[in-house]
Amino acid sequence: MPISTSFAAPKFEVKSRTSLVSTATKVAVENLNFFYGRTQALNGITVEIPEHMVVAFIGPSGCGKTTFLRTLNRMNDVIPGTRVEGTVTIDGQNIYTPGADVVDLRRKVGMVFQKSNPFPKSIFDNVAYGLKINRMTSSRSELEGRVEEALKDAALWSEVKERLKSSALGLSGGQQQRLCIARALAVRPEVILMDEPASALDPIATSKIEELIFDLKKQYTIVIVTHNMQQAARVSDLTAFFLLGKLVEVNTTEKLFTAPDEKLTEDYVTGRFG
Amino acid sequence: MTTLTALCTFVAVGILVVILSYIAMRGIGALNLRFLVDTPRPVGEGGGIGNAIVGSGLLLLLSCAVGIPVGLACGIYLSEFGGGWFASAVRFLIDTLTGIPSIVTGVFVYAVIVLRMKHFSAFSGGIALALIMIPIVARTTEEMIKLVPHSLREGALALGAPQWRVTLGVVLPAAASGIATGAMLAIARVSGETAPLLFTAFGSRFFPRNLNEPIASLTVQIYNYAISPYDEWHTQAWAATLVLMALILSINIAVRFLTRNRFS
Repeated sequence: MPISTSFAAPKFEVKSRTSLVSTATKVAVENLNFFYGRTQALNGITVEIPEHMVVAFIGPSGCGKTTFLRTLNRMNDVIPGTRVEGTVTIDGQNIYTPGADVVDLRRKVGMVFQKSNPFPKSIFDNVAYGLKINRMTSSRSELEGRVEEALKDAALWSEVKERLKSSALGLSGGQQQRLCIARALAVRPEVILMDEPASALDPIATSKIEELIFDLKKQYTIVIVTHNMQQAARVSDLTAFFLLGKLVEVNTTEKLFTAPDEKLTEDYVTGRFG
Repeated sequence: MTTLTALCTFVAVGILVVILSYIAMRGIGALNLRFLVDTPRPVGEGGGIGNAIVGSGLLLLLSCAVGIPVGLACGIYLSEFGGGWFASAVRFLIDTLTGIPSIVTGVFVYAVIVLRMKHFSAFSGGIALALIMIPIVARTTEEMIKLVPHSLREGALALGAPQWRVTLGVVLPAAASGIATGAMLAIARVSGETAPLLFTAFGSRFFPRNLNEPIASLTVQIYNYAISPYDEWHTQAWAATLVLMALILSINIAVRFLTRNRFS
């Protein structure tokens, strides 16, 4: 199938995004371009992410979904030679205005990475890290309370409460990833970005993470990148399909997987390419 | 192939064992408690190396106090902030500095510090040793920090940590045991140095009273005794060598023990 030809003249228009759901918009992205040096990785992305929803980004490897996710908490800032055009607005504030506080932004927009990355510290200190650096607690007991709460929210408390002082690196892969989720939850963010959080995990650990995502959406807005379409279908309310740095379609998950508006989306979700 | 490599390993370890046992054999005779605490005496009256042990210890402390912080900071700069031409230039200079013969460092400190102060001193000896330590500590620190996975830094940054807190709170602890090993290498290297001390710390026959006067050290004492014509002093030089080896070994073990990372 000649994907590139059909792509030469992109004419997709994401239709009536705001009418997809009735909740308020949390994150609004307007005409976002992103460059690694002279290579353009994202091309004119416009999308709105509603509050208390799980939005999944799907697409083949290298389509820009992770890059896009990382523009939402400015994690790409740490990569030299990158450049952003367009606006990303969270709660009405453009996070790319000069002088915008990156520390504040990242406290508000937490992130869970593809490969679990616990610090070589104790389980307790891992979860307490964000609270400590942001001075979010005033006493030891308050700190302990917040750590316990975060571990409970991440469905890890019962497994680790007896060994909070032991090394985080002694946990299993799935537990480490839930620890990283707990670490992100501890600072009480409003949005959580997840970059293929279950890609390195076995099916049981994966299903635990997925259940967790389902529970978390009551309190948080969640954006999840995955190249596992079944996972996107299981956990998300909305799904966005990326291809070659462009957003092809965003729709309710049910519609996107059963009756997508775009031909390209249909080809991808039915497995004709990707 | 296995046989060949095993043989070479055996040779390498064998040489070490031979050196150690030869030193032990020659030195053990003169070794006793009095030898360890007494000051040197004229030939025929015994005497010991107590002042040299204390002197070596003080010189090492001085050199660590200067060399480790400077080397550490330099290594952090190179790995975390040094991407441009300046860092490459610094890296090149540090590599060059590592290769400078230690006698040159000694002469330099003699010219710059000792001649200005008009007397030998423990300070100048400590600085000469520190100059040897800095490049070793800087490069090992840089290499060890570079081994810390980038994902750890991102994890901390994503929680809203500013760069300096990420470096101090996450990256350095993760690299701590490697950095400590580098510092150990530097300490082990300078504790065996004689040349830079000959005309800086100079040597002394008494216990040190302050750091602004000449100070004894094990290596210079060994050198002085070894080139003397007296058999008694030769034996004492061997015994002092044995003590020096034991000190280096115990520093090594102590730091390994202290810096073992409970979380890795």
